[in-house]
Amino acid sequence: MMSTRHLKRSIIIIISTFVLLLLIFTISVATGFASLSPDRLLPTLFGNGTAKENLILFTFRLPRILIAVLAGMGLALSGAILQSITRNPLADPGILGINSGAGLFVVFFVLLFGNSTGNHLYLLPLFALIGGLITAIFIYLFSYKKGEGIQPGRMLLVGVGLAAAINGALLTLASKMAREEYDFFANWAAGRIWGDDWLFVFALLPWLVLLIPFIYFKSNTLNTMALNEELSVGLGVKTNKERYTLLLVSVALAAASVSVSGGIAFIGLLAPHIARSLVGPRHQLFLPVAAMFGGLLLLSADTIGRVLLDTIGIPAGVIVSFIGAPYFLYLMAKK
Amino acid sequence: MGLSNVMKNNTLNEAKEKKIYARPAVASIILALSCLLLVGSLVLAISVGAASISFADVWQAVFAYQQGNEDHQIIRSIRLPRELGAAVVGAAFAVSGAIMQGMTKNPLADPGLLGLNAGASLGLAIAFSYVGNTNYMIIMLFSFIGAGIAACLVFGFSAMNRGGMTPLKITLAGAAVTAFLSSIGEGIALINKLSQSIAFWTAGGVSGTTWAQLQIVTPTVLLGIMIAIMLSRSLTVLSFGEDVAKGLGQRTFIVKAVLMTVVLILAGAAVSLVGAIAFVGLLIPHIVRFLVGNDYRWIIPCSAVIGSVFLVLADTAARMVNPPFETPMGAIVAILGLPFFLYLARKGRSLI
Repeated sequence: MMSTRHLKRSIIIIISTFVLLLLIFTISVATGFASLSPDRLLPTLFGNGTAKENLILFTFRLPRILIAVLAGMGLALSGAILQSITRNPLADPGILGINSGAGLFVVFFVLLFGNSTGNHLYLLPLFALIGGLITAIFIYLFSYKKGEGIQPGRMLLVGVGLAAAINGALLTLASKMAREEYDFFANWAAGRIWGDDWLFVFALLPWLVLLIPFIYFKSNTLNTMALNEELSVGLGVKTNKERYTLLLVSVALAAASVSVSGGIAFIGLLAPHIARSLVGPRHQLFLPVAAMFGGLLLLSADTIGRVLLDTIGIPAGVIVSFIGAPYFLYLMAKK
Repeated sequence: MGLSNVMKNNTLNEAKEKKIYARPAVASIILALSCLLLVGSLVLAISVGAASISFADVWQAVFAYQQGNEDHQIIRSIRLPRELGAAVVGAAFAVSGAIMQGMTKNPLADPGLLGLNAGASLGLAIAFSYVGNTNYMIIMLFSFIGAGIAACLVFGFSAMNRGGMTPLKITLAGAAVTAFLSSIGEGIALINKLSQSIAFWTAGGVSGTTWAQLQIVTPTVLLGIMIAIMLSRSLTVLSFGEDVAKGLGQRTFIVKAVLMTVVLILAGAAVSLVGAIAFVGLLIPHIVRFLVGNDYRWIIPCSAVIGSVFLVLADTAARMVNPPFETPMGAIVAILGLPFFLYLARKGRSLI
């Protein structure tokens, strides 16, 4: 089993990751247009800020930051589960086509409602979620083969193919939109964190609150599954049933995250890999680190994008892909 | 006859015994038939549409053009370039897919799936944003370079993988490169507020093809296909495996480099005209191989012609589904291509 020294080291890593996350949070609040200096952060947070400071923190920054962190966590965990159950280190919900499915439904949404801001905007995450889930069901159905069940590699292939087809379809649909509508969609697809409103935080939070404990509870199952199939059957894991449940959880997390954050790929790839290299493959330790790194990465990307080009901002998804894709190729070459 | 030649002949015979199952008679019939089909589908495509024109008028417009005739003007200035564009692009995608499948022995190879189209689109985005879109030649050059960068990324990383590349891994690499390059392209487009113009270009299909574009793209594509046909014998040998090819004295590196350049030229030219369309390069060569066997001397010309027929018909269908509005051609191709991809992905255990 695990040596106490390793455990100690892992706990130190978990704590320092958390501290790092807080640091990025402070930086994110303190930079860019309408910023709040670090020494005013704590007083404002505890209710002693001026009206202006309150406005900046609670209306502008905090919701957006929380969405970045929560979505990053969701994507990271989703990727971690996918990698473990498929035993394929290259699995990522974005590459698997879930983003494309969600994107297609965002297009439908814009075609239905236009891009005018109004109460129906709160329906958008729901649309994206349904799109992501439907895509996942299709991936599932198409990769299911009688007698073999769902073979992970085939599932990835099916996902990539489905994504290519959906992308073709949605791009052609989107090019027919009015200009402003198209801009809205393009920003969503490029992964600009757009839902900077408390309501979106509350739309995303329940998923994480419900599913994270469930995943953590399944840590041991994931441990054995990540090793090899025969072994996990030998150890009494009902492989297929467990795998399907976990797959569903993973997809739900990804779809929920993407629905408020926009089309962001590669977080689900990067964060688990960093976590695994830091604390090893045991899910009990590696899942929390992966989740925190997910939040950290997406928040950093969003902050960088926001500060780099001040008025327009570069969508977080573009920055994540910029780092994530080369890393993906590196992983592939190394394997 | 030297010893090496004897060995050469032996390996060649081996390869022949083992694998070549060309059907020249069937293939030439199919080639002839599909050429006829191409002419037929072009005539059909030109005559149907928002303004229906009789076949006789189509004939006259091409061979006995009358200045004052409105139908003739429609044909000459709108429909003819458009359908010729579809034909050229279809041939380009199909042949580049066939070459890639032969070279990489990967049944899932397709310029769209392997990221080449995304690279070409990135090239377009850069050309639009920083060069201006006045000169079509420059736009095509940029999309060619973009496709080249994508190919270098995918195949470079694939080559670095010592464990051997399964089709699954190459396809995943293609997906990652696609995500990477298209997010850069999207970023550039968003910053320059050109997003939709580029999306329109990449999704617009062949509508709006001009004679000026065709004058550049057509010779490029024809040249590419001709080089491919010239190298088709080597490609057949290469498709049996690099060892066989080397055993037969082929300088595999040069052959591969030339073929890859042809793929880039074809994909770049096609994308610059029509935008990123996936699955044509996947679908057509498989159908052709099923019909004519695995000799690339037949696969390449047949792919070119059948690819043309396919896209001309797809474009006609796109115009006919919901007239006078046009259904995007990319959507139709995707709907037709996806089931085929799924079939391939489900079929083979060796893919993964």
